[in-house]
Amino acid sequence: MTVHTLSHLDALESEAVHIFREVAGEFERPVILFSGGKDSIVMLHLALKAFAPAAIPFSLLHVDTGHNFPEVLEYRDRTVAEHGLRLHVASVQDYIDRGVLRERPDGTRNPLQTVPLTEKIQSERFDAVFGGGRRDEEKARAKERVFSLRDEFSQWDPRRQRPELWQLYNGRHAPGEHVRVFPLSNWTELDVWQYIAREGIELPEIYFAHHREVFMRGGMWLTAGEWGGPRENEAVEKRQVRYRTVGDMSCTGAVDSDAVTLDQVIAEIAASRLTERGATRADDKLSEAAMEDRKREGYF
Amino acid sequence: MSMTTMGMTTIDTLRFATAGSVDDGKSTLVGRLLHDSKSVLADQLEAVERASANRGQDAPDLALLTDGLRAEREQGITIDVAYRYFATPRRRFILADTPGHVQYTRNMVTGASTAELAIILVDARNGVVEQTLRHAAVAALLRVPHVVLAVNKMDLVGYEEKEFLRIVEDFGRHAEELGLPGFTPIPVSALVGDNVVERSAHMDWYDGPALLEYLETVPVGVEAADAPARLPVQYVIRHGDERHYAGQLVSGALRVGDRVTVHPSGETSEIVGIDVLGEAAEVAFAPQSITVRLADQRDVARGDMITAGADGPTLTQDVRAAVCHLAERPLRVGDRVLLRHTTRTVKAIVRDLGGAGSLATNDLGRVVLRTAEPLALDDYAEVRRTGAFILVDPADGATLTAGMVELT
Repeated sequence: MTVHTLSHLDALESEAVHIFREVAGEFERPVILFSGGKDSIVMLHLALKAFAPAAIPFSLLHVDTGHNFPEVLEYRDRTVAEHGLRLHVASVQDYIDRGVLRERPDGTRNPLQTVPLTEKIQSERFDAVFGGGRRDEEKARAKERVFSLRDEFSQWDPRRQRPELWQLYNGRHAPGEHVRVFPLSNWTELDVWQYIAREGIELPEIYFAHHREVFMRGGMWLTAGEWGGPRENEAVEKRQVRYRTVGDMSCTGAVDSDAVTLDQVIAEIAASRLTERGATRADDKLSEAAMEDRKREGYF
Repeated sequence: MSMTTMGMTTIDTLRFATAGSVDDGKSTLVGRLLHDSKSVLADQLEAVERASANRGQDAPDLALLTDGLRAEREQGITIDVAYRYFATPRRRFILADTPGHVQYTRNMVTGASTAELAIILVDARNGVVEQTLRHAAVAALLRVPHVVLAVNKMDLVGYEEKEFLRIVEDFGRHAEELGLPGFTPIPVSALVGDNVVERSAHMDWYDGPALLEYLETVPVGVEAADAPARLPVQYVIRHGDERHYAGQLVSGALRVGDRVTVHPSGETSEIVGIDVLGEAAEVAFAPQSITVRLADQRDVARGDMITAGADGPTLTQDVRAAVCHLAERPLRVGDRVLLRHTTRTVKAIVRDLGGAGSLATNDLGRVVLRTAEPLALDDYAEVRRTGAFILVDPADGATLTAGMVELT
């Protein structure tokens, strides 16, 4: 008898592809949330593999906070053009300009993304929305289903989730409701990086160590820029840093690093004593249940 | 493609589930497993230390590592299944952390459905209780390949061997009745850390492995190449004149040149091409996601199943199964439901519930269903994924019941 063993990454890849194909088979208007961050880049890569040799049957959606890293926007647009994809943009700046959303006193725009995101989902009638969320990121995310039903207000109710058995994902929903889908649910940060290395996937430069003007706020190195930093008492200095996550510039911190290659990044993460979000996300530190509270409102 | 060019690695992944009754220390055990295997990072531990201190506890409460929801922290209970990830140099682990509290059976069914191993936890002071037997029954019903009986809180019974043996014997008697093929008993103290990651210095009468050691070495993740090949069609990818039938091979292997049957039509053809995610291959095996091309133009669609080999599935509209009812509303004889099997959803009617008029939440039972169209079924005992189904409420889409096909 021949015994086959699939490697860990092959098993995760196969599972994620299965999830993409389930959505293609069951839904009318799916969309992939694409931020230009590593998780959404891996999602797109998996989607391309899932439907090869044909094109992916989904469009992309970017929630633009207006405080994006320029390198990431450039990457986004290049990727969309390269694969002939359709990109939808939901803009936080538009909502602020129209007076619908108000800038927060702390200057962070991450929590402001929820309204543009959910309104875009409703107006475009998306019925399945892929997110790159991973259960290893955070305690509330550890409870997330692969197929997660959202009501007509896009709300998540962790106490009323459908049980999810075997690989039988139940995506039935009423008009106005939609399903958030997480193909990377079972991946860890290290899995994502090892997969990027194995597949030779290109990433925005900010993931690798480079010299950058930053300043310290709330224990994190933030990039100086038009978004609102530094303030008077915050000194700018040039440091060699890299980013572990890509988000709104106002709340995504850089880490000191000399990792300039994928192998060096992987070695650095494997040795790190801090979680990805603990190291670099200010918005998760607002309260013990910050992520859960935002997810309930419709955030990813 | 031969084995050597597949890039096989020796690292594999163990998916396992935990089950325990209230207050038997399951959250502490999971916390201990994560903490002592150095899978908890500094900022997570710091958050737990801070939360524990806020509650006036002098030592960090490891249960706080896993209770992720606001309501869970407020009430000090675990509400829902959570998935956790950790790794040792020998293996990676995906843990379905299932609560022992409210709705324990359906949560354990959920966790156990994808698990290759289940840990059933008992409190050494209380021994085998009613919930222990329910957990054993679920593990047997779902045919979880490996079961660990973790006898916890050994520190509270003086680390006495006779206390441990009494529980093992008691559990063993019931296990046999429930049809559990075997189990591995391990005496532990999650609070102190005995036999969780490190072997205990308090129980020299025990010469078996610590829990983590066992988890690292138990054989898993192997699919015999001579198991029957099953490919439920998920999606048809059209490319020029070609049709690629996409799906995840749920068991067995397919090769170029294999004669295959498409169910439910029963038409036969030959595989002329296999692609594993965009790369041509001669052979593919479970659980790879693949596409296949057939020699003949056939009408093959999502919901169909492509199979090879002599051991074909059973085509039937009369489904007999063991079930666990998951939803709040009861399942009644005469109910019209949707049945989801692999990639196929069909209408079904509940004909019989093993003599009972209805099933309530968490009830285990037997069902006979009549479906509107034939399904290609395997016995759950033979192929888990083609022997499993869920019942769905056609009105609101809620998942009602988990089913495991019994052909004989």
